[in-house]
Amino acid sequence: MQKPHSREDLSYMVEMIGITKRFPGIVANDQISFAVRPGEIHALLGENGAGKSTLMSILTGLYRPDEGEIRLRGQQVHLQSPRDAVQRGIGMVHQHFKLVNSFTVAENILLGLQDGTGEVYQLHEINKKIEACSREYGLQLDPQAKIWQLSVGEQQRAEIIKLLYRGADLLILDEPTAVLTPQEATELYKTLRRMAELGKSVIVISHKLSEVLEHTDAITVLRSGRSVGTVATSGTSEQELTQMMVGRMLCPVLDKANVMPGKPVLTLENVTALGDRGLPALKEVTLTVNGGEILGIAGVAGNGQKELAEVIAGLRAIESGTKWINSVDHTGDTPQAAIHAGVSYIPEDRLGTGLVPNLNAVENILLKMYQKMPGWRINWSQAARDTTAIIKQHDIKIAHLDAPVKMLSGGNLQKLLLGREIFHHPELIVAMYPMRGLDIGAIETIRKLLLEVRAAGKGVLLISEELDELTCMADRIAVFHEGMVMGVVRPQEVTIETIGVMMAGKRMAVAMSGN
Amino acid sequence: MEVSPWIAILATGIVAGIPILLAALGEILAERAGVINLGVEGMMLIGAVVGFMVSLQSNSPWVGLIAAVLAGAMMALIHAFLTITLRANQVVSGLALTIFGTGLSGYLGKSFIGVPLTATFKPVPVPGLSQIPAIGPIFFNHDLLVYIAYGLVALLWFFLFRTRSGLELRAVGENPAAADAAGLNVFLIRYACVIAGGMFAGMAGAYLSLAYAPSWLENMTAGRGWIAVALVIFGVWNPTKAFLGSFFFGTIDVLGFHMQTLGIVVSSFFLKMLPYVFTIAVLIVATRETKTRRVAIPEALGVPYVREER
Amino acid sequence: MKGKWRWEKRETSSKTVTILVPIFSCVVGLLFAGIFIWVSGKNPLLVYGLMVEGALGSAYGISETVVKAIPLMLTGLAVSLAFRMQLWNIGAEGQFYMGAFGATWAALTFPDWPAYLLLPTMLMLGFVAGGIWGLLPAIPRAYFKVNETITTLLMNYIAILWVDYFVFGPWKDPKGMNFPLTAPFSEGALLPAFGTSRIHVGLILALLIAAIFYYVLQYTKWGFEIRVSGESPRAAHYAGMNHKRNILLVMLISGGIAGIAGMTEVSAITQRLQHGISPGYGYTAIIIAWLARLHPLAIVFVSFLFGGLLVGGFSIQTSGFPAATVAMLQGAILFFVVGGEIFTQYRLTWGGKGER
Repeated sequence: MQKPHSREDLSYMVEMIGITKRFPGIVANDQISFAVRPGEIHALLGENGAGKSTLMSILTGLYRPDEGEIRLRGQQVHLQSPRDAVQRGIGMVHQHFKLVNSFTVAENILLGLQDGTGEVYQLHEINKKIEACSREYGLQLDPQAKIWQLSVGEQQRAEIIKLLYRGADLLILDEPTAVLTPQEATELYKTLRRMAELGKSVIVISHKLSEVLEHTDAITVLRSGRSVGTVATSGTSEQELTQMMVGRMLCPVLDKANVMPGKPVLTLENVTALGDRGLPALKEVTLTVNGGEILGIAGVAGNGQKELAEVIAGLRAIESGTKWINSVDHTGDTPQAAIHAGVSYIPEDRLGTGLVPNLNAVENILLKMYQKMPGWRINWSQAARDTTAIIKQHDIKIAHLDAPVKMLSGGNLQKLLLGREIFHHPELIVAMYPMRGLDIGAIETIRKLLLEVRAAGKGVLLISEELDELTCMADRIAVFHEGMVMGVVRPQEVTIETIGVMMAGKRMAVAMSGN
Repeated sequence: MEVSPWIAILATGIVAGIPILLAALGEILAERAGVINLGVEGMMLIGAVVGFMVSLQSNSPWVGLIAAVLAGAMMALIHAFLTITLRANQVVSGLALTIFGTGLSGYLGKSFIGVPLTATFKPVPVPGLSQIPAIGPIFFNHDLLVYIAYGLVALLWFFLFRTRSGLELRAVGENPAAADAAGLNVFLIRYACVIAGGMFAGMAGAYLSLAYAPSWLENMTAGRGWIAVALVIFGVWNPTKAFLGSFFFGTIDVLGFHMQTLGIVVSSFFLKMLPYVFTIAVLIVATRETKTRRVAIPEALGVPYVREER
Repeated sequence: MKGKWRWEKRETSSKTVTILVPIFSCVVGLLFAGIFIWVSGKNPLLVYGLMVEGALGSAYGISETVVKAIPLMLTGLAVSLAFRMQLWNIGAEGQFYMGAFGATWAALTFPDWPAYLLLPTMLMLGFVAGGIWGLLPAIPRAYFKVNETITTLLMNYIAILWVDYFVFGPWKDPKGMNFPLTAPFSEGALLPAFGTSRIHVGLILALLIAAIFYYVLQYTKWGFEIRVSGESPRAAHYAGMNHKRNILLVMLISGGIAGIAGMTEVSAITQRLQHGISPGYGYTAIIIAWLARLHPLAIVFVSFLFGGLLVGGFSIQTSGFPAATVAMLQGAILFFVVGGEIFTQYRLTWGGKGER
């Protein structure tokens, strides 16, 4: 919309110079410098905890740096608040969208907007303006649609339009493709390129190498709070970036023992189940997990993965179809019956479902063990013994056994949860996004544990949104789209692109022929 | 001639519904901003006793009304401070408000029990409108506060659904993080709504002691504050639906008195149970409805907002 | 840079703070209520002095404090069990009335039964009647998530009217000079008391229930389920607990215990059913439970304090203070208990640098 500065009269849209930010116990940003030109798509690459989010929180006015300065279009600025940043043309699309679900797109855009129009708003005029704005940037969206009716990709578009409507010149997107299919991601980058051509600057926070290499102009890599360097995308390679990010290869050659797949541990036959809103979320799903095998589930988040996991764990009722565990019909299982049948479940929501934040470690270990104790009493000494064993076995850093587990770090929480779930040697582990948000060390531990379960001849169902993750861990991958299985593939036999096409809703045969 | 008892019942039903309606309008404001306030009963009682005392002293029901509104605001301020600033449990804080309000109103009003009040609100028929058959006597032959309540329903609806401030208020109750990101002051908006809610409750209490039954009695609200909380759910957080609901509850409330005229003989104790039984029944039906259809329960209702920091 | 007060999360929970906060809250609550007493032209210190004297200044006062502590303990334990599961049962008042009603029915129907038959029957009926009153709102809560705060509260009014119907009507004592009360109970329907005091065996019952609660919550599987359900219903479901069944069971027991409180009150104290048998025990119970942080043994202790508060409240009525004074004090205390809770989870720090 407004273009107060042409591309020629300044060389940088924003410069961050020597930024340092400390939190109690850690230095989140240590003397980081980087700069973005107008018309540039600039990637900020790094592992979890590398300091990307903190740096961007400083740029959007949420935190103030302890040291260093920010220059916007050559002028030094002191950003006072997120609102201040927005007024200076800096806008951010967060990973968790800041949208009100029950409002329309237009109402969300109107929220907090200071455009000088009156207190009583005229929606049809705003709708027209939004339509004009979305046409200019090639972002298709109905301003009158309610947010909850939109797909995740469309919600993301609403967030982008919200920023453009406020006249943002610098757009920051946090992991924008985490929730998109590869095809939707390509579409997004087309839009971002168009915005860059119109003189905007775009910063993309990501840890996906391939995508960053394909779509950006420059890349700044952060590692444990420091800037490793900025490179031009055209002059770098995946190997170099990996080296810069972690100092080693991302998906190491795993110590993946050759295990002969055993008998089916879990079989689903034409299983249909309803989602939380009462609509079918799983449609006629048929799949099998064999002993000694990891079955990966690929799909964009929200395509039935959660419902699949809950159906297997007995937490969600099966409307029609059959569930077999070790060749015994377990269709009508209660959660308790599923536990007794040997199903372990690592839920997406570790702290709140898998673990109770305010209870201590022993009580949390007890959560899945108390029903196995004889009689009606709780054997506290046995629970304490088991807990100590689990903590020792998995090297969990814990100060006091009786401190609430909410005090633990993410990696230790996940080790505690997984440690509990494999303690009684389950027949089948259903793990939902088990590596999400963990650091490299913890990820490797979790991977190792899941591979051990596989080596012991038990079944693993691994739900993940990281295709790289799945291709190096899983023996077979089932691709989900809108609650249906698009096909089951072996990772060595297909490309990531093929899986992407299936995630977007093409059946396997179609996807393969299109290649 | 046969219709006349029904018109009388409906006309008194409107009046009996007004205190519940006013309190419910206030609770809609607070809950739309994400704060449950179960102290309605206590705030109403304080409004009733303060309104009565000041009206008696000043000899003006309007001065009494203003005092009651201010007293309600003061009470609500306690709840706002506890739940918004101190992030206290909203249910228990509201209960504390009700217990405290019940006690304080009884303490203050001890010497006013049975004192007659002349400075009250009296019926003022609306010229013209009150002449319409049936409609006139039912809706337009009451005291001024009833008409003010009609006006407040329309005003609040317009405010919530047609103005920017209303949009912002609802955003705070739906997704405070999004509202915060849009530059709104979540804490300020929640404070304002809870306090405004208290003003409505104070007014509702004053309506009881200055217009509906001009006198002061300990616990004279008799659970109306709780019925108002249920009415908010019944009215799906919408002022116009709350108005319809209050008419319904008010009519149930007065039905007991009119049973004899309709020739039905039941013990008065059972008749007095009617509003409570109906409220529970309606609550169950309304809750099932809100669960099956996707309607407007403010998403962040009852959740204190803590800005995410590391 | 300008500084700013901010809340900082406590890394560990401090035992000292957990104990100090409720005590501090009580003191500040009394000061706060004192302002209102002072504004109304009375000397708050004098009022509090009178109350302490009334409650603890004589053997009779002390024994009355214990007498009041019994129903408070029982109702406090009752609501604390429900609160543990995040079920806001504020219907203990109504459940108390229904328990009294159930026990009275047995006492009036079988006046000739000996005590060893009649007292257990009254106890059982008190539990059942109170339990049903707790169970009724639990059913819509378990199956349709109907807000139990509102339903349990509204059912208090219904229970009180229900009892009024009987004491004003069918059960009214013909020799009672038209007062709303039933005929006095027969000998076999009276709970024995200690010596000449009014302290009755209900005290033993209350202490026993407190001990059982403590044991059940700490050492049994079911108690563990209740604690987990209260902390996180999702985790409870995940761990294979039957959440709906537990809601029904907990509300049944909660209502039942409050019903037992009603039974002991009519059987030992009033020795008949009458209008207004509870001066709001069911509401005071909420404050006691919260102040004791739902700990059964702490509830016993706090009940004695509040028993004293009630007795002190009665004694100042003779000096012309309204009965409502006590409710005002209780509400004020609860404000500070609820508000003070944040100090157990956060500490207030002056932050100039560092964050923000």
